[in-house]
Amino acid sequence: MRQLTISRPADADAAIAAVLAPESAFIAGGSDLMQLMKDQVENPAHLVDLDALPLATVTVGADGITAGALVRMADFAAHPAVVRDYPMVSQALLASASPQVRNMGTMGGNLLQRTRCLYFRDPGFACNKRAPGSGCPAIHGENRSGAVLGTSPDCIASNPSDLAVALVALGAAVQVRGANGATRRIAVADLHRLPGNTPDADTVLVPGDLIETVFIPASEAARRSAYVKIRDRASFEFALVSAAVGLDIDGGTIRDARVAMGGVGTKPWAMPQVEAALRGKPTTDATFHAAAALATDGAQPASQNAFKLKLMPRALVRALQSAAA
Amino acid sequence: MAENRLTRRGLLAGTAAGVAALPALGPAAAADNPVAASAASPSLLQDVVLQVNGRRVALSIEPRTSLLDALREQAGLTGTKKGCDRGSCGACTVHVDGRRVVSCLTLAVRTQGRAITTIEGLAHAGGLHPVQAAFLKHDGFQCGYCTPGQIMSAAALIEEGHAGSDMEIREWMSGNICRCGAYSNIVAAVRDAAGEGA
Repeated sequence: MRQLTISRPADADAAIAAVLAPESAFIAGGSDLMQLMKDQVENPAHLVDLDALPLATVTVGADGITAGALVRMADFAAHPAVVRDYPMVSQALLASASPQVRNMGTMGGNLLQRTRCLYFRDPGFACNKRAPGSGCPAIHGENRSGAVLGTSPDCIASNPSDLAVALVALGAAVQVRGANGATRRIAVADLHRLPGNTPDADTVLVPGDLIETVFIPASEAARRSAYVKIRDRASFEFALVSAAVGLDIDGGTIRDARVAMGGVGTKPWAMPQVEAALRGKPTTDATFHAAAALATDGAQPASQNAFKLKLMPRALVRALQSAAA
Repeated sequence: MAENRLTRRGLLAGTAAGVAALPALGPAAAADNPVAASAASPSLLQDVVLQVNGRRVALSIEPRTSLLDALREQAGLTGTKKGCDRGSCGACTVHVDGRRVVSCLTLAVRTQGRAITTIEGLAHAGGLHPVQAAFLKHDGFQCGYCTPGQIMSAAALIEEGHAGSDMEIREWMSGNICRCGAYSNIVAAVRDAAGEGA
């Protein structure tokens, strides 16, 4: 790991001013950044420690719940209001990483963990995301974990955040403070960008941008929701395929549906076509199977991950059954 | 007594010194090792005070030093183990303000003012912690390298209230890998220790 210096500003504006210095980066939980620094994928010369910022509280309102960006994943997952009114969010967080890492990782930092594949983590290989223009060995190499939606000829890495998938499904948004001191709201669905020919940029954030809070709107679909994660081992592993589903059910009929999937897209993937196929339909397995069959619309597998096209509707049906139960 | 001074670390160090064929660490290895590199760059050193196992520990470390390296290489607390050094294996698990974290992904300078507990600080009043006793009773280890991390994780798991079933114990111990595969005995030890505490 490179030599570095660390500062701990007392407020957001000071933190933003500090991070605008060359080769600087924010550090919150640090669980992703520290790994990337040890592997010399990220090489900041100066870290801006966010621990002193007052962004570690959860506020419960009638219209939704707000998490400060520094709220730890473990704490939000266990918050009674999250467990009761946003169960898919709690489930997605508890399916993430390990207990130790969830005690470290933050709500804001989780959303900003790097989209990655095996090659991104190893500077011995080319990678357009790590070294723009160097090439993508994954496209014809080890790509079992890769994305099948939103890929480009330059990058097929899938976004690893479980939390982001749940937040996209529920229409959550982040509040971002920028270099000019102004704050703006960005839907989590719009936070991550497609790789295109600039896969080095995972999100739409620009230097100086700081996520301050994450807001999740309350809804009947959020209250009746489930997160299903399929992976190569039972715990502490990224998703091969995951499904976040929320259902608003009125007397056996689906009034509203919220659906997003993870492990399959270069960004957390919203599924509006599946939602449309569920609305107004009875809560039957026939409805679930018909809607889930639409999940793979536009999907393009790589050489090793065509299995994801079969796994996606199955994971989705299971999540729908779980939410409806 | 001489045997009281005999530690695994001392024994290994002595063995290495006696083997002339072992290659010395080259410059590349030194550059990758914060401890070795610190001697060459004193201007980067930062004075910090850590609260470890109820004691004040004053250290002069590089800001990039992990809590794991600070504990092992600077504070002389080698009970905390370095496995993957990437947060995947859990061998380096310690408690910071009562919560289990992986010390390899924690920067030491960021833990100033927080209460750090390592495996050396888990036992109290001369007796073993119930989880330590249960690991002995159930033979919850083979080589023992992952054991300090397993025990620190298990002690936290019980405090968190996640020892309700074997299934729950397995899920909440998933941040700790045992290469020897002592998992069934580890689960038995955690179950037993949780029952005693109840």
